[in-house]
Amino acid sequence: MSERALPPVTELGMASLALIVAGGIYLVSYLPRQVPLMPAVVLLAASVLLLAVNLFTLSRVKGFAWRRFFEVGKWALLAYVIVAGLIEFALVRDGMGGGPLLVVTLSLLVYAVHVPVLTAFTVAQYE
Amino acid sequence: MTDLAVQLPDDAPHAGPLPGVPRPDFQIVPRAGLPIVAVILAGLVVAIVANKLWPLVFLHVAFGAAWTIMDLFLGFVVGPVMRRLSVPARIELTTRLMPRMVLIMPTVVTVTLAAGWQLGQLMGTVNSSYFLHGWIVASYIVVGCMAIIALGLLAPANVAVLVELRKPRPNPLVIQKLMKRFIYSAGFTGTMQVAILVIMTRIRTG
Repeated sequence: MSERALPPVTELGMASLALIVAGGIYLVSYLPRQVPLMPAVVLLAASVLLLAVNLFTLSRVKGFAWRRFFEVGKWALLAYVIVAGLIEFALVRDGMGGGPLLVVTLSLLVYAVHVPVLTAFTVAQYE
Repeated sequence: MTDLAVQLPDDAPHAGPLPGVPRPDFQIVPRAGLPIVAVILAGLVVAIVANKLWPLVFLHVAFGAAWTIMDLFLGFVVGPVMRRLSVPARIELTTRLMPRMVLIMPTVVTVTLAAGWQLGQLMGTVNSSYFLHGWIVASYIVVGCMAIIALGLLAPANVAVLVELRKPRPNPLVIQKLMKRFIYSAGFTGTMQVAILVIMTRIRTG
């Protein structure tokens, strides 16, 4: 098995997920009290940054198996969009709104994009 | 989440196809199971909208128990047994079991967490004024750690092993590398499930 030099997509992806998980735990830990949003916003921004870095560095890999990547990624994206939609539905149903809902929605967006990227990358790197 | 796949013996060839091992035809995501998943998720939505105690308790407890038992059983019982099977037997088991796990585990996890959150809202246990709030936050942290490992390492390895096994010439080294990652992840999530059992029984007894 020949090892190609690939960017640390999995490591960055897990760090990105850890940041939004931490932000989510911070927000829900204080319910129903209002909490300063800034820590959660900072964690989300860092997570989005890692997602952007991940996509950028991956896009620069020469000879990457993009066909396989998108073949797996599109179905994984569909699955995780459904899961994220269910979570969003439950939160809206419970009356979450305003800033916390915006932060959580954007976090779910990162989750719904980054997890399929990790799955598709793991598969495509061995093509 | 814990699933299973092939682990090749240490003396496996270092490259090339699996030697003389027939591979059964299989679907990575069994389409026949998709309607069942859709029905379960629809039931979850109905339970959240209805916001009644019994459906939420049922979904959270039944699916939560299934999640915990599957993680522990597959990780600590079936896994070690599987390592002692012959390579053809392992491949046979993997190609029949793991595609089902691709559907079962995300469904079980989603229903457990969504129903649990709604139940916590209904009973007030997610409020910071709840007297066991520290234990609730501990459960968030444990589930968060499990989710990161499962989503980042375990589930991708699961899919990648299946994709590799569907190739005309699967590479044993790729499978072995993915399985090493898989087994470490499964051990971690299995251990975390013990922590979840401690936390949930502590919350239940007050």
